[in-house]
Amino acid sequence: MLDSKIPDGPLADKWTKHKDNVRLVNPANKRLIDVIVVGTGLAGSSAAASLAEMGYSVKAFCFQDSPRRAHSIAAQGGINAAKNYQNDGDSTYRLFYDTIKGGDYRSREANVHRLAEVSASIIDQCVMQGVPFARDYGGMLDNRSFGGVQVSRTFYAKGQTGQQLLLGAYSALSRQIGQGKVEMFNRHEMMDVVVVDGKARGIIARNLITGEIERHSAHAVVLCTGGYGNTFFLSTNAMGSNVSAAWKAHRRGSYFANPCYTQIHPTCIPVSDDAQSKLTLMSESLRNDGRIWVPKHSKDVEAIRNGSLKPVDLAEEDRDYYLERRYPAFGNLVPRDVASRAAKERCDAGMGVNKAGQAVFLDFDSAITRYGSTEANVRGIENPTAEEVRALGVAAVEAKYGNLFQMYQQITADNPYETPMKIYPAVHYTMGGLWVDYNLMTTVPGLYAAGEANFSDHGANRLGASALMQGLADGYFVLPYVIGDYLADDIRTGAISTDSSEFDEAEKSVTARIDALLNCGGKTPVDDFHKKLGQIMWNKCGMSRNAIGLREAITEIQALRERFYKEVCVPGRADQFNQELDKAGRVADFLELGELMCKDALERNESCGGHFREEYQSEDGEAARDDKGYTHVSNWEYTGVPSEAALHKEELVFDNVELKTRSYK
Amino acid sequence: MAKSGLLSSSLAKKYAMAATGLFLCLFLVGHLVGNLQLFISGEAGREAFNVYAHFMVSNPAVKLLSYLTYLSILFHAVDGFVLTKLNRKARPVSYAVEKPSENSSWMSRNMMVLGTIMLVFIVVHMQNFWWQMHFGAMPIQVVDGVELHDLYTVVYAFFNPAESMALLSLALYVAAMFAVGFHLWHGFSSSFQSLGLRHAKYTPIIRFFGRAFAVVVPGLFAAVVVYIYLIQA
Amino acid sequence: MDFTLKIWRQEGPQAVGHMATYQVTDISDEMSFLEMIDVLNDQLVRSGDEPVAFDHDCREGICGMCSMFINGEAHGPNRLTTTCQLHMRSFKNGETITIEPWRAAAFPVIRDLVVDRSSMDRIIQSGGYVSVNTNGNTVDANALPIPKPAADEAFEAAVCIGCGACVATCKNASAMLFVAAKVSQLALLPQGQPERTARVEGMVEQMDLEGFGNCTNTGACEVECPMGISLDHIARMNRDYLTAKVANKG
Repeated sequence: MLDSKIPDGPLADKWTKHKDNVRLVNPANKRLIDVIVVGTGLAGSSAAASLAEMGYSVKAFCFQDSPRRAHSIAAQGGINAAKNYQNDGDSTYRLFYDTIKGGDYRSREANVHRLAEVSASIIDQCVMQGVPFARDYGGMLDNRSFGGVQVSRTFYAKGQTGQQLLLGAYSALSRQIGQGKVEMFNRHEMMDVVVVDGKARGIIARNLITGEIERHSAHAVVLCTGGYGNTFFLSTNAMGSNVSAAWKAHRRGSYFANPCYTQIHPTCIPVSDDAQSKLTLMSESLRNDGRIWVPKHSKDVEAIRNGSLKPVDLAEEDRDYYLERRYPAFGNLVPRDVASRAAKERCDAGMGVNKAGQAVFLDFDSAITRYGSTEANVRGIENPTAEEVRALGVAAVEAKYGNLFQMYQQITADNPYETPMKIYPAVHYTMGGLWVDYNLMTTVPGLYAAGEANFSDHGANRLGASALMQGLADGYFVLPYVIGDYLADDIRTGAISTDSSEFDEAEKSVTARIDALLNCGGKTPVDDFHKKLGQIMWNKCGMSRNAIGLREAITEIQALRERFYKEVCVPGRADQFNQELDKAGRVADFLELGELMCKDALERNESCGGHFREEYQSEDGEAARDDKGYTHVSNWEYTGVPSEAALHKEELVFDNVELKTRSYK
Repeated sequence: MAKSGLLSSSLAKKYAMAATGLFLCLFLVGHLVGNLQLFISGEAGREAFNVYAHFMVSNPAVKLLSYLTYLSILFHAVDGFVLTKLNRKARPVSYAVEKPSENSSWMSRNMMVLGTIMLVFIVVHMQNFWWQMHFGAMPIQVVDGVELHDLYTVVYAFFNPAESMALLSLALYVAAMFAVGFHLWHGFSSSFQSLGLRHAKYTPIIRFFGRAFAVVVPGLFAAVVVYIYLIQA
Repeated sequence: MDFTLKIWRQEGPQAVGHMATYQVTDISDEMSFLEMIDVLNDQLVRSGDEPVAFDHDCREGICGMCSMFINGEAHGPNRLTTTCQLHMRSFKNGETITIEPWRAAAFPVIRDLVVDRSSMDRIIQSGGYVSVNTNGNTVDANALPIPKPAADEAFEAAVCIGCGACVATCKNASAMLFVAAKVSQLALLPQGQPERTARVEGMVEQMDLEGFGNCTNTGACEVECPMGISLDHIARMNRDYLTAKVANKG
């Protein structure tokens, strides 16, 4: 039976009370306790640094060449915190409420409230570390509004907030490495979790430079290994982002929660050709000023695709501003899941505007005119010409979004000031992940999961600027407290030996897996299988899903997996730097996870957040949640075949908020 | 935390380069003031120049400065060689294809070559005039009862077209002044950067001044010699 | 588009490397440079050869992992662009493209185009931080007003992605721009003041120990830096180090 270990008492007091009651480990004993942290993004770096500061002996692992490279670095927009610096009525409760509602009522109240509570401390901590957040002329921190909420609570550092926060956490981690309190293992991949007497007691890691298989023991293992968006091959994730660590934990007994919850971000640069390796996000903030449209008539679509009609020349009455048409109240600012599905609906109807038919326009023309007229008024220009207005408007838009426009032009060679941007939804974030209790512990004792790797805070849909908040909250302010409660039992354990049958067995299984990949003797490169998997997932377990498609997908993925082990070609040896081998191991795990994602999507007979089942929609095509049947977390226990995993439900109890239907009309 | 002394660190070596370099710029000005008097022809010029030359070798304060100059040249050169050696070691394998002209000036990349040319020039130059002045058999001019070495006459004779080597000497002298100019073109403002003296408002002025200095000072040195050669032709 | 590629191949850290020549055809001008290498690697794997090893991760110009010296320039011919954001339309059809790893004693080659840049991590570890422990009770973020110009300038230094293009470009393989960016960022902010002296001394000392060359102010790093980090920061570090050493009691 799953015990989420939510403390008793009123929602707002739970965390404080819990902190007062968890057991502590005295400083002398902390030195005798080893903790392994896998992954060095926001959650991993901050956790490793904080645990080392407290006195634990920490070993940290990342597959990149430096802990600073983790993909948290690519987050653009900002980080939410309930500081209420703008005096617009924000509060811990409102941040909590927005997050619960944004997650379509599929997250755990107590965890989300704790997240909102510690959010303010994150900003204080980061500022003290020297993170250069944007400031106003009075020297105070600036905020912007984000993701359609009604307050300005997002702190930002231009379009590089993730980078600045990660470098802050990296500097804290570096300080501990410099002091010898964290032993850092760059270019190491976690290959397995070692479970001794039912507790996580170490990992098997592969040194990616030499290929050496290493045993590392610890009293607790923390996985901060990010999300699994790369199951789709094309996503906004980094090329190396993978599910392997979490999947190995799953195979060793950790339940995987809500794997079908994936977030599709509506404003990404569309796929341009077959060799496309990844997708690039354009910040959500662009939707504050851009208008999204496709042509009304197929003949215009055809003309735009073959280049005989320029989009700017299409008359206003021949354009379909479909978000404004369908959602007059929120217009272009509907949440990510709604905007993404609407784009797909138009493109499926044949209205897509690029050659592949998978793009819609994001147009700044009205914004340029609007800003231009305002600016002309400000400068006291009477009866400005259209050219004057345009020039002024372009300058204003450039001041706001210049770096994003430049990035767009760099990638597409189109000038977005002159012709509308083309955008299309892409996989961006995964709300599902390893199930954890209130203490962030998975179902394997001593094995923790934090950040995007766990499932806990975002329900079925994540709000903008909340991922950074969760990563740092888990790493700086949650794990350091809760982990002591578990480790307090280990003060007399002493160092864990790596000479045990459990380590032997784990190492053997790792070596066997590597050998199987290297010796399969096939002819097909790893990426072929990954792309194929991505297509299946995108078409059948993507923005919208149905039972028939999901069943097909499960069969197809099983067949693909079988083919993979027969036909894959992994050149090179195990005892050298071998990127194809690294990739093959990760794709092998995606091939299993993909099946579980489909199984989960098939089992969840409702539409909620990022999970849209075509069978469950209202008459006008909106998502239809089933609160009676599905107000629970679906947790999957590994049984051998992913689609035959055993389901364990954690019922979600909402004592503090009323479940409502989201409406943006 | 930091145990390295001031002189052993890479930055300290740069400070030394910058400080000695800027000091040598001052020396160039002093030297030039003397040389400009070679423009004055006839007895007036001869007297003015020789008096100045005498002052430069006899005044105790100037003497001190001259020792500082020798030291600076030596230090600047040795430090330059050491830095170059370290820098070569920092890239043991070089690139097959490089396009340095895309990102930096030729002068900035070739300070060592230019400096070596200058060092050779300084040795020859000192042998020609400084050695002569101090230890050679010099003609004498008597001014106000004081016997002065007549360096003026020696210089004019050295660059007299009638001398077989004069044209070659002239060419080498002018070439060396080009090296000085190129070296200063980068070196002058670079010294300020090395010492951390950079400012949005003042750095452009320093850079302009440095480049003007790099053109004007070596230009005038060369002009004096060309003038002496031509006027005797 | 078709290209001839000359690529540095080196099997391991101790192995002797060489330039190898490959042909790629039917490259779309929409492809990124790394996607073009993906195409080459796909070709190599299918023909039973080992693919070219290269570092890359985010492919959106921010992680700093990609590192190629392309046609004689770090990150290729375009300014303010990382290799992953370079597209094939920046090259001419039929062109020969030479690709080499970053070259520096402090960046030993691991394999092919992959180098070990952990020397840069060690520099940060020797002082590139503010010593503040995690706790929920630091002063309120707005208790410390920071003038906008200082905050903006600190940000301009803080955007360094740690790719090492400055080292790769510098004829002396100097890491001054990288080190200065961090020193300067923290020197500009009030939070950085308590450790300002120790930081610059510690980081410069580590930089020298790692075997990076000296700065000769050629300015090449500033031109090739994909984030456009200014030489202003190097000047600030020069100034801070001098002040630190002069004022040092030890």
